Amino acid sequence: MLDLSYEAPKAKTIAGAKHDWEMVIGMEVHAQVSSKAKLFSGASTQFGAEPNSNVSFVDAAMPGMLPVLNEFCIEQAVRTGLGLKARINLVSAFDRKNYFYPDLPQGYQISQLYQPLVGEGEVLVEMGPGIARRVRIERIHVEQDAGKSIHDMDPTMSFVDLNRTGVALMEIVSRPDIRSPEEAAAYVSKLRQIMLYLGTCDGNMQNGNLRADVNVSVCRPGDYERYMETQDFSHLGTRCEIKNMNSLRFIQQAIEYEARRQIQILESGGTVDQETRLYDPDKGETRSMRSKEEAHDYRYFPDPDLLPLELEQSWVDDIAASLPELPDEKKARFIAEYGLTDYDASVLTAEVEAAAYFEEVAKGRDGKMAANWVINELFGRLKKEDHDITESPVSPQQLGAIIDLIKKGDISGKIAKELFEIVYKEGGDPVEIVEQRGMKQVTDTGAIEAAVDEIIAANPAQVEKAQSNPKLAGWFVGQVMKATGGKANPKAVNDIVKAKLGL
Amino acid sequence: MSELNKLGLAEARDLLRKGEVTSVELTEACLKAIDEADALNAFVHKTPEIALDRARAADERIRAGDAPSMCGLPIGIKDLFCTKGVPSQAASRILEGFRPEYESTVTQQLQDAGAVMLGKLNMDEFAMGSSNETSVYGNAVSPWRRGNDDTPLTPGGSSGGSAAAVAADLCLAATGTDTGGSIRQPAAFTGIVGIKPTYGRCSRWGIVAFASSLDQAGPMTKSVRDAAIMLQAMSGPDDKDSTSAEIPVPDFEAMLTGDIRGKRIGIPREYRMDGMPDEIETLWQQGAEMLRDAGAEIVDISLPHTKYALPAYYVIAPAEASSNLARYDGVRYGHRAKLAKGDGITEMYEKTRAEGFGHEVQRRVMIGTYVLSAGFYDAYYNRARKVRTLIKRDFETAFADGIDAILTPATPSSAFGLGEMAEEDPVKMYLNDVFTVTVNLAGLPGISVPAGLDAQGLPLGLQLIGRPWEEGDLLNTAYALEQAAGFAAKPAKWW
Repeated sequence: MLDLSYEAPKAKTIAGAKHDWEMVIGMEVHAQVSSKAKLFSGASTQFGAEPNSNVSFVDAAMPGMLPVLNEFCIEQAVRTGLGLKARINLVSAFDRKNYFYPDLPQGYQISQLYQPLVGEGEVLVEMGPGIARRVRIERIHVEQDAGKSIHDMDPTMSFVDLNRTGVALMEIVSRPDIRSPEEAAAYVSKLRQIMLYLGTCDGNMQNGNLRADVNVSVCRPGDYERYMETQDFSHLGTRCEIKNMNSLRFIQQAIEYEARRQIQILESGGTVDQETRLYDPDKGETRSMRSKEEAHDYRYFPDPDLLPLELEQSWVDDIAASLPELPDEKKARFIAEYGLTDYDASVLTAEVEAAAYFEEVAKGRDGKMAANWVINELFGRLKKEDHDITESPVSPQQLGAIIDLIKKGDISGKIAKELFEIVYKEGGDPVEIVEQRGMKQVTDTGAIEAAVDEIIAANPAQVEKAQSNPKLAGWFVGQVMKATGGKANPKAVNDIVKAKLGL
Repeated sequence: MSELNKLGLAEARDLLRKGEVTSVELTEACLKAIDEADALNAFVHKTPEIALDRARAADERIRAGDAPSMCGLPIGIKDLFCTKGVPSQAASRILEGFRPEYESTVTQQLQDAGAVMLGKLNMDEFAMGSSNETSVYGNAVSPWRRGNDDTPLTPGGSSGGSAAAVAADLCLAATGTDTGGSIRQPAAFTGIVGIKPTYGRCSRWGIVAFASSLDQAGPMTKSVRDAAIMLQAMSGPDDKDSTSAEIPVPDFEAMLTGDIRGKRIGIPREYRMDGMPDEIETLWQQGAEMLRDAGAEIVDISLPHTKYALPAYYVIAPAEASSNLARYDGVRYGHRAKLAKGDGITEMYEKTRAEGFGHEVQRRVMIGTYVLSAGFYDAYYNRARKVRTLIKRDFETAFADGIDAILTPATPSSAFGLGEMAEEDPVKMYLNDVFTVTVNLAGLPGISVPAGLDAQGLPLGLQLIGRPWEEGDLLNTAYALEQAAGFAAKPAKWW
């Protein structure tokens, strides 16, 4: 496998009133498993359905109902684990996490505390060319989502929508390896990118299909290195958990605020209380949700309705064999195979559809040129109209044909941009368009010579000036291009002008 | 033919097939008996229309020569089973008015086998109790009395309504469920047969859960043959219950040969409890002799961890129950307390559950919550799980040594009077399960067979414990014991 070497980024330093501080961040990312049915019931997971329409007897926790595991959700979680280079536990088990809330009909969430499905893995989070943080994954466990409580529809009542109840989630737990708000956002983006490549989570943060709990603590420079050496958490500060964030921007703002809040407490001689906090984006601050003392006692115990989950190694191997090429490998290959820059390779591999589009264009062509056209012309144009690559009106075949026309010398780069615009707006075969609209470049030296002769004859004063100052030859080139409607081959014009002027 | 309700399943089946009776006649006889027996408080929801509809349909099938195994046989259903459109309350106020939109797998299978449901039977609330006294419907009463003493007696629990109904011939048989002895103890108290099959034999889908790792449904019948017939219909794998086993169900009735020559029957010395009445000890010995006379070999065995079973059970069962009962919160169905102005969700939970659950259920929810809580989990729940493993291993060792079945008393006494235990320490009540809980903890099949009467004229039962998945063999041993004991006593009708 191709691999690139990276240097770790520096931890973000915050200057306190007394001295410098660093932040230490760990995350629990909840990713909704892409699956048509819920984790333990056959009910649909379709988003946006009428409230309480995707609810089975199991989801509503009717008396005597029992969970039956949806194997596809497990396959998706295993696929995700493999994509994060993680160990798959062939034996795992489900536990009940008990608490009361109206949107939790069973009175417990089925989760995996003691024996998670996926063990340790790793994610490479790039922060710039050649710079990346390796974030260790501690575990991924599979669990049920809760429903939705709506408190603002009526002054005296709350409403409950159970459509989301029982939908499968993967909770991806990182080690505290993230060292800045930017890294935290980049980490979530990278997980999202990998899961989109794998097709295991749609990554839609707005709908809450990808959300994160963020653990933040602060320490003095050097403490973190001592922790990494010993894995002894006592070198780190007390952490606070900021719950349920579904925006990359808010994640960064919340971390920044929270770190500064903790530093202020510590520098004024106080101690940070371990607690759960919520971020208020309107005020730009975190506030306490519940303290450690108020924390729920979840009374976890093995769910007696479900047998331990036992997987065959061969089943896992089959999934591993079906894994697509993942972003890191793809990027490395693009650099090696097409000679792209690190930056261009990153841009092209950000989304699997864009990467596929690029490869289609680059097939049998100059990779760098293909990359330029895809990134600068196509992406630029799509962005202007807020379209994504799957909505591109220009197919890879059409863009490839445009590049071929340039390569053959049939059209200039400038004409090619005009051609691209025509294809983008009107569609059609670029070769035919060039023919029909007479956009082909004139390479017939006879025709060019005639045009040059005409202009020289009409401008004797300019000829004199140019002969004493060769830089002015460009004026003639421009005139010829104008006269030929931009279709003359600029290099040929240049050569003929110079020859005729005797430069 | 008079008093058709007194028939057992096998006899009635044979008469139906010979065309000598109809299901409608059988059903009407039972409905009449039920209506005359309100004093027993066994049936808490009567479903005569459903019963007669199904009886007529069964008669059609019989006439058409298309009669499945229980075609036309009227039975009672414990209130713990969800039955579509029919109140299913688990004898709890918290499920007041609850009529499920679905039918439990077991009752569906019985219906598919042609059985006729007469109504729902009384029980202890959420199957928590050994006397049927925790029911929201009030206690069921045993048809049995101590000689001429008219003190009302318990039919046992939790399947007390089922036991009373079968013993009083209100139905031909009934379903029960057994988490720690709830089929076998009431069967023993009322002189009928009750079998708890191997854990995973009957689907739990649609049965209100008490303790998921222990709960099993089973039949309560007038004979071992009837138990074989009905268990057959109730058993089998179910995709809707992950703990139900993909193991084929043999023809249990065909296995009733009565031949137990060469079988090795274990007598576990740890089941000889201090203070156990002589009558129980004597009955146990007589049972062993009967089996020996039938050609079995009697072997003294040891199940060394027996004494830890009851404490382990009373940690594990409440722990699971505390979680299983969390869904009864007043939000979606069942009882919801009237709230005062300003009350929020916490008050709704607290008031609803305080009003909806009886004392015993509340006690067990609190015990379960306690043993699972942070800091106590390892000391209680985890330790109990380890004990459970040891108890299971005790049985495995005995079976590995060639033991085919284990004979024990079913209960430490005969039926007690209703209210007699009310003022007692609840642990006294829990002691009723001392011989039966080990079987649930180990997931084994166990059957209670009526074997004699005590000096007061009350039935006593013996328990046989079998190898996992070998209910057929266990039923055959029980059949031999039944033949030898020749128990034929019936309660004199006073109701």
